[in-house]
Amino acid sequence: MNALLKFLAVTWTVLLWSTAPVPAVAGPEKWSPLEKDGLHDPQGPAIHELQQPGEALSQMPPDSVGNQVRWVEALRKGTINPRTNILPETKIQVLDQDLIYGNTGDNWFVLFPHKAHTEWLDCANCHERIFKTKFGATGFKMMDILAGKACGQCHGAVSFPLTECRRCHSIDPGTFKGKLGAQQAAGGKP
Amino acid sequence: MGKSHIHKPKRNFILWLMALLMLASGVEIVPQAQAEYGDVVINNQSDKAGMRPPIFPHWFHRIRFRCKVCHADLGFKFQAGGNQINMLKIIDGEFCGACHNGEIAWSVENCDVCHSGKPGTPTQVHGSTVQKLIGKPAPAAGQK
Ligand code: HEC
Ligand code: HEC
Ligand code: HEC
Ligand code: HEC
Ligand code: HEC
Ligand code: HEC
Repeated sequence: MNALLKFLAVTWTVLLWSTAPVPAVAGPEKWSPLEKDGLHDPQGPAIHELQQPGEALSQMPPDSVGNQVRWVEALRKGTINPRTNILPETKIQVLDQDLIYGNTGDNWFVLFPHKAHTEWLDCANCHERIFKTKFGATGFKMMDILAGKACGQCHGAVSFPLTECRRCHSIDPGTFKGKLGAQQAAGGKP
Repeated sequence: MGKSHIHKPKRNFILWLMALLMLASGVEIVPQAQAEYGDVVINNQSDKAGMRPPIFPHWFHRIRFRCKVCHADLGFKFQAGGNQINMLKIIDGEFCGACHNGEIAWSVENCDVCHSGKPGTPTQVHGSTVQKLIGKPAPAAGQK
């Protein structure tokens, strides 16, 4: 199983290198027009009232996958400022703590940043329905993620897709000196 | 051929891998147009009621609201088609109706702005890796 995933990782990297790079400047033509996206009915009476994805998304930090937008960057740079609540009593809680996973076979370790997640999500979105509140207690593997569980609930549907191995597997075990699990006063990646 | 050395789960896994690799190399397993990543089609009842199915665009809403607004405060479960939404609840101010009420966003009478999908499109998250892997919509990807 591990060997297979490793094979996948290698092939993947090669394929990604050999395919389209991210263009420095993106035109709206990178996104399909709604009339031709296969989901919208081009005959729908209100189709022209909808905004074309390319019109809005071409104004944001570019990416090569998913919505072709770096959402974390868009939020931190202030390109967008999505509302945090519509009910006045809702609390906003951002947690600045990284978790590092090491059961990654020969692959790089996985860094999970609480900060980037809690800037978008509520603790209750993950705890305790998707993840237990203790490092390692949930117990999930890459296959679970690929099957749409754990990290795969969002990554693969709304957040950057699972084809981007390196965005999660971002810690080189060769140079990593610390301890796995919850990191003290993290700060996320720069 | 005799019995395969590779036992079943592993064989399934290899098939999966091949599917993944085809995806990576840009080979379309299921020919499909490029709908925007994260677009959700909700069609539990629309077809039967003779309406076009509604399409919920994540990209459009996440520019304006963080996930927590809908998935924590308003209680949308992470499952396409899994919230038993209907017009009565919407008009009552639940789900889409918490915003599409003429205050936070335009109101319910703009039927066709929501009901914009091709008739017959099943409930799905478009752009889902899972959907691509198994080659059909994956409404069951959320939690139970
Ligand atoms: C948290 C608030 C909120 C919720 C919940 C919500 N919307 Fe919206 N929606 C908005 C706002 C704000 C706009 C933009 C209104 C404007 O431009 O005046 C919008 C716009 C839209 C649009 C038009 C997009 C475009 O291209 O202009 C569609 C379609 C839509 N919503 C569908 C839905 C559906 C379907 C649901 C429920 C499944 C839903 N929305 C739930 C706030 C919300
Ligand atoms: C959304 C984040 C994420 C992405 C994207 C991701 N992984 Fe993982 N991966 C993980 C996590 C979390 C683990 C579990 C680590 C642990 O339990 O210590 C893991 C574990 C693994 C393992 C160890 C064996 C196993 O079965 O768990 C391998 C190998 C692996 N991933 C390969 C890949 C490859 C190849 C890709 C790209 C196709 C990829 N991963 C993409 C998060 C991710
Ligand atoms: C995107 C999902 C997600 C969100 C949102 C999230 N967490 Fe977590 N949290 C995790 C994961 C994953 C783990 C590790 C679980 C495991 O390894 O089994 C974890 C573990 C923890 C731990 C235990 C760390 C340790 O020392 O073992 C604490 C404490 C925690 N989270 C607090 C919070 C708080 C507080 C919030 C809200 C501000 C929050 N989390 C939001 C995913 C999330
Ligand atoms: C409840 C939804 C959810 C779950 C579950 C989830 N993520 Fe995320 N993740 C997000 C969102 C939202 C972002 C913001 C970027 C985006 O949407 O593409 C994000 C971004 C990230 C980033 C990029 C951070 C940056 O600084 O750019 C990493 C790495 C990541 N997630 C890893 C993980 C791992 C590993 C897991 C499982 C342990 C996980 N995520 C589970 C929603 C989720
Ligand atoms: C804000 C988005 C939105 C607007 C505006 C909207 N709908 Fe809906 N409607 C939905 C959603 C979501 C569902 C659930 C779809 C499903 O499960 O098939 C739904 C379901 C329905 C259904 C089938 C279930 C039921 O409750 O009977 C009918 C019929 C319907 N809508 C008619 C209308 C009509 C007529 C209008 C205009 C007066 C309208 N809708 C406006 C989002 C919307
Ligand atoms: C304006 C409201 C709104 C916002 C904001 C929003 N969502 Fe959603 N989300 C929905 C609706 C509606 C559905 C479909 C529910 C249904 O069909 O009953 C959904 C479904 C999902 C699903 C389930 C997909 C599946 O596999 O079935 C995931 C995962 C998800 N959202 C993640 C996110 C993340 C991550 C964010 C923030 C980056 C986010 N959502 C922001 C309304 C929202």
